Amino acid sequence: MALFKNLTETQIWKSIFRHKYPDNTRDQALAVLSNVFLHLHPIKVRKSGVRMSFTWCMGGVTFFLFLVETITGILLMFYFRPVVEYAFNDMKDLREVTPMGIMRELHRWGAHLMVITVWLHMLRVFLTGSYKPPREFNWNVGVILLVLTLLLSFTGYLLPWDQLAIWAVTVGTNMARATPLLGHEGPGAALLTLGDIPIITAGSDVRFGLLGGTVVGPATLMRFYVLHCVFIPMIAGVLMAVHFWRVRKDGGISGPL
Amino acid sequence: MEFAEKIKHFLDWLLGPVTFFLFSVIGFGAMIAFRGWWTRTPVALSLFGLSVVVFLLSMTDAQFRVIIEKPDNIPIVIMLCSIGFLLWLAFRKMAINDGLIEQGLPTIEARESKKRVMCWPDLIYSEFLIAILVTIALLWWAIEIKAPLEEPANPAVTPNPSKAPWYFLGLQEMLVYYDPWLAGVVFPTLIIGGLQAIPYIDMNTKGNGYFTFKERPFAITVYLFGFIVLWVLLIMLGTFLRGPNWSFFGFFEYWDIHKLTSLNNVNLSEYFWNTWLGMPLPENIFLRELPGFAVVIFYFAALPPILANTVFKRFFIECGFIRYNVMANLFLFMAALPIKMALRWLFNLKYIVGIPEWFFNI
Repeated sequence: MALFKNLTETQIWKSIFRHKYPDNTRDQALAVLSNVFLHLHPIKVRKSGVRMSFTWCMGGVTFFLFLVETITGILLMFYFRPVVEYAFNDMKDLREVTPMGIMRELHRWGAHLMVITVWLHMLRVFLTGSYKPPREFNWNVGVILLVLTLLLSFTGYLLPWDQLAIWAVTVGTNMARATPLLGHEGPGAALLTLGDIPIITAGSDVRFGLLGGTVVGPATLMRFYVLHCVFIPMIAGVLMAVHFWRVRKDGGISGPL
Repeated sequence: MEFAEKIKHFLDWLLGPVTFFLFSVIGFGAMIAFRGWWTRTPVALSLFGLSVVVFLLSMTDAQFRVIIEKPDNIPIVIMLCSIGFLLWLAFRKMAINDGLIEQGLPTIEARESKKRVMCWPDLIYSEFLIAILVTIALLWWAIEIKAPLEEPANPAVTPNPSKAPWYFLGLQEMLVYYDPWLAGVVFPTLIIGGLQAIPYIDMNTKGNGYFTFKERPFAITVYLFGFIVLWVLLIMLGTFLRGPNWSFFGFFEYWDIHKLTSLNNVNLSEYFWNTWLGMPLPENIFLRELPGFAVVIFYFAALPPILANTVFKRFFIECGFIRYNVMANLFLFMAALPIKMALRWLFNLKYIVGIPEWFFNI
């Protein structure tokens, strides 16, 4: 105890933590306010809003899993090369050769879990009517974040480059060829012509743009890799900031008015 | 042992796409109707115990284990368990709150919502604790079960069945009833757009920030029907019960690639011209599909005003013209899936409008 006391008296400690041990209201408020990670929280919350039986903590778990995915994902990026010649073998090495090789497992199971928790978060928000005014806009941001979660999971599904991966993504992206007007097997696509030259073909429709080819191939792997590791996380990150900020601005965790 | 085999055979024989969906809807209706009864702790505990026993007994079956223990299917089991538990929690609170509101007393949440507590420690400690618990659970899961890695990708060898990732299997199951342009593009877009529209078309100001069923029965029933029956249970159907050639297999049935399902699906135009009028199909596509177009136009153009004057009268008055029409059309799109399912099962109806020449099939 004495050692701890001495430690907290040092200049280094005091330069990091601008408050005393938070056992009184003032320092508890400062603990939240003077910490960049915690200051997204308000100082006080509704008592009904901290009950686990009310919030289910699913939004919090989803965010936590996003952090887990980011950390394990970065570690995986050190080993994984998104090129057809290497991708599968790198996966195999991650599984069999890499020391402490559970990063891929953590990443995959965390991703599955995140899909579930984000659905459950939405279920709770709906059942408590928390999308109602003034939170309409934040519900919308949440819906987009849910779609991004699914897209993150889907783009990541391709990266192991095994049979499971390419065929699941083939089944999924085959839908795009049936997009009305923009897919070459979609209703109305045949109407878009220049004279008698069709504009929408297997080599120019949305599916081609998505895959970078007419089948799931090397270009698709690179595209999905960039989408998975950079593009979608970046958008999700921005939207998450908006989502959390709006929770505060719209009156915190919902409660009876 | 023989007896167990008989029960399993009976269950496999009983279960098909039709009965699965029928049981889902009946179960869903019972969940809503008897929420005051089944959420009581002794009943809920008995139901939980019963499902654990059934699950464990099923795990003695090799075929059942093969499907359940696929690494990528484990999340579905976790999801079903957590949804079961959380629905119990939610419906329990709804039942209690509805009783309190009826007596004019404040709800469970309202009793505490005026009181504020310090974020540190009341909220931050629980967040921290949950983070630790999730980390432990995830580590344990990652150490216990290897992430799947199959044969290297080979575009020349198509696995049978080819399945999308599990969270999209509800959509893949819709492909049985609708063509890809609807099941794979239009419906997903409408699901997203419809979810986004919810706060703007729900004009009911009650039930904001607390659990209640009686104050918003329509909203909760529709949402839960969409989420539980049309999304989660279809995922379960698509993952556990669809095998090679997307044929239906019972929980304990061997996935026989040669299983035959005789299907002779007929278009509405063939019913109309050949069966009812006794004529050959007209050459002109529009004339041929006229009955189908009439049905679709009636469904989306005439039904909303009819509903506005009958069952949805209150909504129309509350919402106004634009909101009401958005709501009614989204509702009809959602209902289109069970309706098409029923038409397929009852009349072997393939397409209401069938113009394969233009990839325009409804």
